[in-house]
Amino acid sequence: MARMKFLCDAERCIECNSCVTACKQEHDIPWGVNRRRVVTLNDGVPGERSISVACMHCSDAPCMAVCPVDCFYKTEEGVVLHDKDLCIGCGYCFYACPFGAPQFPQTGAFGVRGKMDKCTFCAGGPEPDRSQAEFDKYGRNRLAEGKLPVCAEMCSTKALLGGDGEVIANIYRDRVTHRGKGGEVWGWATAYKVPGATGGGSQPNNLAPAPAAPEPATPAGGTKS
Amino acid sequence: MTHTRSALLTIAAAAVALVLAGCGERPQVINYKQGKYQGKPDMPAFSNAPFNGNKQQWENEIDNRAQTQNEYVRLRD
Repeated sequence: MARMKFLCDAERCIECNSCVTACKQEHDIPWGVNRRRVVTLNDGVPGERSISVACMHCSDAPCMAVCPVDCFYKTEEGVVLHDKDLCIGCGYCFYACPFGAPQFPQTGAFGVRGKMDKCTFCAGGPEPDRSQAEFDKYGRNRLAEGKLPVCAEMCSTKALLGGDGEVIANIYRDRVTHRGKGGEVWGWATAYKVPGATGGGSQPNNLAPAPAAPEPATPAGGTKS
Repeated sequence: MTHTRSALLTIAAAAVALVLAGCGERPQVINYKQGKYQGKPDMPAFSNAPFNGNKQQWENEIDNRAQTQNEYVRLRD
């Protein structure tokens, strides 16, 4: 198996925040901690796009690099997890993470900051699988049950995909092929703003809606002129 | 003449070595050294019931479940 990854299809996300709610409910996450959140680009402007963001389980995770107590580890499937018994709640990982994934509860053994909490890809942590101790510290271990992260599995529009990187990349490719667009949202041209590239990354308004509008429906009983 | 030939051969050999060096494939992803981790060891996800250590069965289950996210597959069924 390759690496576990998330992929959010910006063409499909409707900013319903169900992934956020499902995550909080599944893992009994305390108030003030959001392992996942929905970010909207050009909010309120026609053509706005939303993506669901959590820990991206980086291949070369900066949180692992900066942690002074080395409490992070990576599973064989590429899921970045950490040991809360070792975490000192210093917040270095929060500064290092480009996605703002590490979260800190407002109360706990370390005053106002507490030990770090983040998305576990529903893989629990370094406690016996599916034990109460694991649930209390890290939430439910769905991977050990043969299930995928709840945020992706319950996404109503299937905008958020989760699973083996190769599998979800194939699903996304299949989807883009069927609808004939949307693949340009992600990619080299968008990420690095290649001038003149067809990805549209060089244009600030690259997320504008498609100009083609559907023909208005014919009234009941009427004929099309 | 001999010196020129040997010099050319040396240059050619160096050029070949330089070009072939570009064929080497190095991993682009850092292999994190698990030894640095100071916390408790974790068990693989498939180590307990219902998979009981059967990694292949667990991978198949995960991959099959991932396909439920692909409605084009579900529609074709």
